[in-house]
Amino acid sequence: MREPVIIFNNVSKSYPSYHHVIGGIKNFLLNIPKAVGSIRRTGYEALKGISFEAYKGETLGIIGRNGAGKSTALGLIAGVLKPSKGNVIVKGRISPLLELGAGFHPELSGRENVIMNGVLMGLTRAEVMKKIDEIIEFSGLGEFIEQPIRTYSSGMLARLGFSVVAHLDPDILLIDEILAVGDMDFQKKCLDKMTGFRNNGVTIVFVSHSMADVERICDRVIWIDNHIIKDIGTPIDVVSKYSRG
Amino acid sequence: MNTNLQHYIDLVTVLTQKEMKVRYKNSFLGYFWSIAHPLAYSFVFFVAFKIVMRIQMEDYTLFLIAGLFPWQWFSNSVNLSPTIFLANASIIKKVNFPRNVIPLTMVIQDMLHFILSIPVIVIFILIYNKLPYLSWIYGIPILLVIQFIMTYGISLLISSINLFFRDMERLTVLFTTFLFYFTPVIYSEIMVPERYRHLINLNPLSPLMISWRNLFLNGRLEPAYLFVSLAYSLFVFLIGYLVYKKLSWKFAEVL
Repeated sequence: MREPVIIFNNVSKSYPSYHHVIGGIKNFLLNIPKAVGSIRRTGYEALKGISFEAYKGETLGIIGRNGAGKSTALGLIAGVLKPSKGNVIVKGRISPLLELGAGFHPELSGRENVIMNGVLMGLTRAEVMKKIDEIIEFSGLGEFIEQPIRTYSSGMLARLGFSVVAHLDPDILLIDEILAVGDMDFQKKCLDKMTGFRNNGVTIVFVSHSMADVERICDRVIWIDNHIIKDIGTPIDVVSKYSRG
Repeated sequence: MNTNLQHYIDLVTVLTQKEMKVRYKNSFLGYFWSIAHPLAYSFVFFVAFKIVMRIQMEDYTLFLIAGLFPWQWFSNSVNLSPTIFLANASIIKKVNFPRNVIPLTMVIQDMLHFILSIPVIVIFILIYNKLPYLSWIYGIPILLVIQFIMTYGISLLISSINLFFRDMERLTVLFTTFLFYFTPVIYSEIMVPERYRHLINLNPLSPLMISWRNLFLNGRLEPAYLFVSLAYSLFVFLIGYLVYKKLSWKFAEVL
């Protein structure tokens, strides 16, 4: 029996519309009845009652048009969002792969950023220090690692970001559209690492618009359309349906 | 040790180190800026109140410096509070780490700058032919703790609320300006007319700022002031923490 590590149980997520509030205190106080009413009534439902499970060691792709609710699903898995209805169960440590340079400081060296990023992602300092040589080795940045990262190209930033995440010993890895940068060589390294993860029982959730990547990497694919799950199945199946619209 | 606690400590340490490194990368200028600000203010108030308005007070420069340096710590942290979560939006939206480390490291950092600027206060004390007091050894840490709790509480409150009411930034600047002129920093509490004097202690910052100045200038620490300012600090911190607790899980939604 396969062990589920991510369980979405009839999950809905709606965002209250905060625009009256974000307009500021002045706006809010001048329109209290309207503002409170609008928070109550007008919500935006990003996900409507979705249920699925991801099993240990599987690579699960999430596809769908912009605004369909993919990022919300990732946010719920990462634990930065709470569901409005239903419940989300996640077992194990999660590493989100951040967009380029997020959580990095441009003035610090690559090495200093690795330490900071590793700790932000949930490791203790001692754990990061144990792995730092391996991380730097994997990044292939060589002596650039001592330079401030404002001097890095976007490809180099991507290498650094992936190298940190790849060595955090996550149980669940969240990847939001990232493999497009970096040269062929490094992309291959990333794919190899991801295969390695899979063999070690790491669960990967992969959100992408690149159908080629999805077909290549994923074991199963979820298609989210219009805030509900339109289809779940094998990559070939779901991707071809999605491509036909 | 408990790994969660160890991780929290590491997180605060690493983030504080980052800020300090960035600030002191150019070491001289970094230090210069943390003392230039209160010194410039001291100069401006000296010209305005001593030279132009002829305030009746001995060693007015020293009086200003003893109050403005700790005040600067408070106002730097509070004025930066509205924007700190916004500045870290990209990680808050993706990574689930305790969000309060962001204001916490900011307040620690400003506290360290203040501590590093204490030698400047000592230099002025020596220039005015006075000496540091032994009571500083326990007095400074006590006041540091009280001011730390107070500043962190207000920062938590303002930084959390600002995500929902984005005009907090303007209000905060107004708030700290008001507070500054209603706190006995550039004037002494004795100069306040008798019938208004009881109002001074309604301001949570007054007993603290008076204590700092008394400690630096006379080496005295008034237990009554200490007690009142500690009570204010704990109260402010409690409110800040409760508001943060209530709102923090929504941060990723509104950023």
